[in-house]
Amino acid sequence: MYVPSVTHPIGDFVREWVPKLSAYLPEQLQSQTLDTIVAFLVNAVICIVAVCAVNIGSAPILIYMERKVCAHVQCRLGPMRLGWHGTIQTIADVIKMLFKEVYAPSGADKLMFYLAPLIVLIAPFMVAALIPFDKNLVVSDVSMGIPLIIAVNGFGVLGILLGGWSSNNKYSLLGALRSGAQMISYEISFAMILLFVVMISGSTNLMSITQSQAGTIADWFIFKIPVLGFIGFILFFISSTAEMNRAPFDIAEAEQELTGGYHTEYNGTPFAMFYLAEYIALVTNSALATTCFLGGFHAPCIGVAFVDNYLTMVPGVVWFFAKVFFMIWCYMMVRWTFVRPRVDQLMDFEWKFLLPVNLLLLGAGAAYIVISG
Amino acid sequence: MSEYIILSIFLFLGAFIAAAATVVGLLLGYRTRNTKNKMAPYECGMQTIGNARIQFKVGYYLFALLFLVFDIEALFLFPVMANFKEIMSGNTPLSPVVVIVDLAIFIAILVSGLAYAWKKGILKWE
Repeated sequence: MYVPSVTHPIGDFVREWVPKLSAYLPEQLQSQTLDTIVAFLVNAVICIVAVCAVNIGSAPILIYMERKVCAHVQCRLGPMRLGWHGTIQTIADVIKMLFKEVYAPSGADKLMFYLAPLIVLIAPFMVAALIPFDKNLVVSDVSMGIPLIIAVNGFGVLGILLGGWSSNNKYSLLGALRSGAQMISYEISFAMILLFVVMISGSTNLMSITQSQAGTIADWFIFKIPVLGFIGFILFFISSTAEMNRAPFDIAEAEQELTGGYHTEYNGTPFAMFYLAEYIALVTNSALATTCFLGGFHAPCIGVAFVDNYLTMVPGVVWFFAKVFFMIWCYMMVRWTFVRPRVDQLMDFEWKFLLPVNLLLLGAGAAYIVISG
Repeated sequence: MSEYIILSIFLFLGAFIAAAATVVGLLLGYRTRNTKNKMAPYECGMQTIGNARIQFKVGYYLFALLFLVFDIEALFLFPVMANFKEIMSGNTPLSPVVVIVDLAIFIAILVSGLAYAWKKGILKWE
């Protein structure tokens, strides 16, 4: 039986099922090209459904999680009324959001106003398509994975600037400008850290970066290179927090200064799209940290065969999402623990501290590779 | 190639979902009369003064220019860094010493640019 050549399907599902399905077709229609096209279409549909489910489904969970984490940090209980421990609170919020009126304020550039949430959502979806969730579970295994992620991340800034400018509101404009300046500044250290990861792994493909961390915990990039890996991880954590506009780097929407920042004038579903993009970015950035530093979908083996056998029995996806949720928990704890810096402190921190440290880290990594051969 | 085709679907997927949500919001949303006060841009409850398209600080511009330089530098470094290990192991026709010296010159020019901007006071935010 001919097996269609779909290079990287979601799982082995497509490879297994398309030949079986094509056997039901009439004789004249059975052909290799048709099988390939069908396999490609099935593959694409599964990819889209899976990524949409993961992305959109994770947002309510994360909002609930954030409320609970923040409540318990502040010795409160958080949402408790709707459902068991407030579990369906976010669903009620979504329904409320759907029935809100959608309108642009007077003087707003209507086209740009409604275009901004569209552009903001592009980036997180594309990054999610590049992340390997398991050995065969990657939507698009391109060789230029990391440069593509850096390029696509720039879309978010465009959407935020557009939304802030088109609202015809001073708070929005100021919030958008601050946010733009912050995001492009921290994008440099973000790129530099990914450059460091590329240097150690010797590849820009996310799948081979994950594969080069196979083995025990000691082979993960956070521990593989003594001290440097850990410094790199911390720097990645800082710059990705700033990239996502999350507290403590949320000067863009500092509610005490700028009301809501760039989305002050948005309401209803377009506002929900900004919110959704923020939470999907949280997932994708955690996934990127997991892939680049925490061994991706590999089990945390410790080198003892007896224990490792049990650990590797658990599917890679489970490990991947366990690590992702650990990272998300870290981001949330940081958000509710640290205070917000001023604008000038924030820019100084990036240009006068993070960027030189990043360059030094790059040099140290190169020296390590030269010395260790 | 098929990977890039799927990726291009994803380029429009996010935008499509946002557009669908906006249309749903427009259809389902509760509607009220567009009074002048409702449509006015929010400004702490006061009467809105003037237009929001004001002049802003030139500092944002200078940071954007610096960003351009450093981001493109990072992109230029990617091909070298991806093959750095291999070049250092000596399996390629390139000499490791020459590559390191070239990289050092490249980064030194950029660092001197950053130092110049720092000295000129562009990095100072006020």
